[in-house]
Amino acid sequence: MNKPLPNTLRQGPDGRGRFGQFGGRYVAETLMPVIQEVEKAYNEARNDPAFMAEWRRLLKDYVGRPSPLWLCERLTEHLGGAKVYFKREELNHTGAHKINAVLGQIMLAKRMGKPRIIAETGAGQHGVATATACALFGLKCVVYMGATDVERQQPNVFRMKLLGAEVIPVTSGAGTLKDSMNEAMRDWVANVADTYYCIGTVAGPAPFPQMVRDFQCVIGEETKQQILLAEGRLPDALVCAVGGGSSAMGLFHPFLDDADVAIYGVEAAGRGIDTGEHAAAIAGGQPGVLHGNRTYLLQDAHGQIQEAHSISAGLDYPGIGPEHSWLHEIGRVNYVSVTDQEALDAFQLCSRLEGIIPALESAHGLAHVLKLAPTMDKDKIIVLNLSGRGDKDIFTVARHLGETL
Amino acid sequence: MSRIARRFAELKAEGRGALMPFIEAYDPDPATSMALLRGLPGAGADLIELGVPFTDPMADGPTVQGAGQRALKAGGSLAGALAMVRDFRREDEDTPIVLMGYLNPILAYGIDRFCLDASSSGVDGLIVVDLPPEEADELAIPARAQLLDMIRLVAPTTDEARLPKVLAGTSGFIYYVAITGVTGTHSAAKDTLATAIPRVRKFTDLPIAIGFGVRTPQQAAEAVQVADGAVVASALIDTLARSLDEQGRAKPDTVRKVLDQVRDLAEAVRGARVAA
Repeated sequence: MNKPLPNTLRQGPDGRGRFGQFGGRYVAETLMPVIQEVEKAYNEARNDPAFMAEWRRLLKDYVGRPSPLWLCERLTEHLGGAKVYFKREELNHTGAHKINAVLGQIMLAKRMGKPRIIAETGAGQHGVATATACALFGLKCVVYMGATDVERQQPNVFRMKLLGAEVIPVTSGAGTLKDSMNEAMRDWVANVADTYYCIGTVAGPAPFPQMVRDFQCVIGEETKQQILLAEGRLPDALVCAVGGGSSAMGLFHPFLDDADVAIYGVEAAGRGIDTGEHAAAIAGGQPGVLHGNRTYLLQDAHGQIQEAHSISAGLDYPGIGPEHSWLHEIGRVNYVSVTDQEALDAFQLCSRLEGIIPALESAHGLAHVLKLAPTMDKDKIIVLNLSGRGDKDIFTVARHLGETL
Repeated sequence: MSRIARRFAELKAEGRGALMPFIEAYDPDPATSMALLRGLPGAGADLIELGVPFTDPMADGPTVQGAGQRALKAGGSLAGALAMVRDFRREDEDTPIVLMGYLNPILAYGIDRFCLDASSSGVDGLIVVDLPPEEADELAIPARAQLLDMIRLVAPTTDEARLPKVLAGTSGFIYYVAITGVTGTHSAAKDTLATAIPRVRKFTDLPIAIGFGVRTPQQAAEAVQVADGAVVASALIDTLARSLDEQGRAKPDTVRKVLDQVRDLAEAVRGARVAA
């Protein structure tokens, strides 16, 4: 089961929802039937040209796709090495890549006849995207958000409310993304008949890691076309921040079989991997089972899950999508990490040099580009997935810079 | 014959159902938890479910979550739960104990080592909430080799097409989840159970226990009128939680209060079939 086909790394998951040893469906029996129902409905939908055409129409006319591929001339000049491009997912409607997969999933929920949608959210980007799609489709929306995150992401909380969603603060655990995912799972168990759980990342029980990936692959597919048009060749490196890893998987997956493209997933090192206060599941974790899938997790020797820490609410999660765990184990993607401080520095540099205020999540990816680009020749090309805009983070950043708004 | 099979056979001969209380290992501290465990058979427990604390109990409501958090704070772990069972077995060779919990602590312990240690500690069965039959082999095969029963959950959402698959690898008894929901939230109506249990019974000869939402002596009695056992968890943990002082520490009457409640439940369970 660990052997990918020799000519492609894009075949997974297998029939059991696994990527190598990772993935699977580790959920309570109550949820198994609905998860199989989601899988069946998704397999039908993705083979239905009308469904996919409607999704593409929404991406074009509602989200504003394709998102541009921007050559960062000032940043490139500043770094003095490889040419840096941004894939501008922050220009999507709702300000991040999340909407790509949300629209697909909400269309699926509608097709399955589920009138009530639940979602978990960390930074609030997925919650906002879900609330948006539910408003568009006239569905009831309940978003679980850790109480800590509600506090540090106020603008997004208010956005969700404006969009008609109910935001439920989760106080269990540390009140972050992990806990809101637990609570969303509990809601789903209790309301399985009329509810669809719109998972925000490439994690959770199969088929979610695959389904969210498939929808997010629009990022990498567009990037491929755009870079061929701009440069006549593929990039030398792709970089993206990884929490659960949906923006990263969306960019990476269409390039997995292009062996000359180096790929970097950037985990959040928080206050430093050595301090234990980080969110780097691959750098500092072990394989285990949480939230329906087997993957790398931050845990202690007894298998208890540890709290993650990151300045970025969207990366503040102790796990990572199972396909990332597999890509790490087979060595196709290099997983590196970046501290809170490095991300803050990149956040400010990006704002000043490119006139783009990036999400703190995306600033983690950028911080690695700042290290990588100067080591590469000027004729090399890096594409960074600028997965979200930073408006939601200005309060957090201001606080760290000692300013009051 | 396994301890679980023997116990159900005895109860069948007596013509009554089983009371199966659940306590969380190390809640609120190791000594109190151990005193509860030792006291349960005398208070009328026929089988015992011992919860293994986990940070992220996705199928549990606030009551069992609270128990898990207190237990973890008190140093609770899978190894700690096994040690409790070993201590219990020095005095009680007959009352079956089922460990109930989530998969990750077992993976961290090491599956083979866990099955060996669980068996030698005197554990009789395992309920692993987040391990559906599709994923079960890696644990079920070594568990069976150590003569541990794998007890599966059957839910109201498990339809007749799926039931045979769920029941295929099950031994000991069937745990019927009475509601679609997490523990300690609401209860199933008597009529609902009266339809649901015979539906499962058509597919298995194993005893069936009902859990999730069984709180009162009357509900426990109703459960054993249609099924073979009643699991009571959140109601007991609520009593335990209410008995603690402001710092969350056990008071001198904590153990007695919980065991008194078990006695009331046991009395109702023992009287149920006679009354019926």
